[in-house]
Amino acid sequence: MIGVGKMKQYTNVLDKPLTKGKQEVSLSAFAFLFSELVQYNQTQVDNIGELERRLEDAGYAVGARVLELLCHRDKGNRRETRLLGILSFVHSTVWKVLFGKVADSLEKGTEHEDEYMISEKELLVNRFISIPKDMGTFNCGAFVAGIVRGVLDGAGFPAVVTAHFVPVDGQQRPRTTILIKFAEEVLHREARLG
Amino acid sequence: MAAAIYSLYIINKSGGLIYYKDYGSAGRMDTNDSLRVASLWHSMHAISQQLSPVSGCSGIELLQADTFDLHCYQSLTGTKFFVVCEPGTQHMESLLKYIYELYTDYVLKNPFYEMEMPIRCELFDINLTQAVQKDRVAFLGR
Repeated sequence: MIGVGKMKQYTNVLDKPLTKGKQEVSLSAFAFLFSELVQYNQTQVDNIGELERRLEDAGYAVGARVLELLCHRDKGNRRETRLLGILSFVHSTVWKVLFGKVADSLEKGTEHEDEYMISEKELLVNRFISIPKDMGTFNCGAFVAGIVRGVLDGAGFPAVVTAHFVPVDGQQRPRTTILIKFAEEVLHREARLG
Repeated sequence: MAAAIYSLYIINKSGGLIYYKDYGSAGRMDTNDSLRVASLWHSMHAISQQLSPVSGCSGIELLQADTFDLHCYQSLTGTKFFVVCEPGTQHMESLLKYIYELYTDYVLKNPFYEMEMPIRCELFDINLTQAVQKDRVAFLGR
């Protein structure tokens, strides 16, 4: 039969439908690309704080785009207006699409009202990375923190997001926690909405 | 089945020692000696390629002596992994290939590792220790 199994050729790439496409990317390919990103930024900065900031900025760009794509694809263009809503969106949908699984846990901070934490046993981006001792508390998960900040900012929940290693008793490798500290206006709006 | 590994060496393509680990008191060496063994082996490996009566030889794979065996695996890039073990130890070739996989994963994908430099990667050490445990070596030879 003519036409069976033949894909319609689009002359303009912008006309192609936004299908799900291939779900999987080679982990090795991503690991090498990410390693190169870190190495490139290392040559451009003088200190570790700046390196973290650069990785975060790179992630921010990803987060902004991921939010747009997922809102169109998975949520039917519905917008989250509640804090818990956007947090569970990040914790489940965004994580599933980016890393293939939902995040390990989502917790509310006990000390401050505006703090929330997403925890992972080991971030995918950190899977093959061993931080040298002289780099202190540097965490390449700053990239993921940037992604989360990009998503939250784009959705109207400005926040400061950072990645931290949290040592765990009985385990050699520490857990990673993404700490989200929302801006004041978000909490006021949330209180108003009841 | 005893899988007694005495030591593991990794040398880069120019013959410099980039990783040395010993397991057990037999065959333990200090830094200078291990460096000497590494460059000695690198040269012997290269010379054996020329001396071999068989054409297309890629170097020594196994050296057997009275008190030890030495298994060597050379990757396509010239990095050599060799292990000194008890005579008659099984599954060393597959162990070396597995160690090569660990090297490509935890060393080469680490942005803080400089090529051809000594390996200082925590994840590599952790996974290597797990791989060399006796029951894992037997499992690799399945």
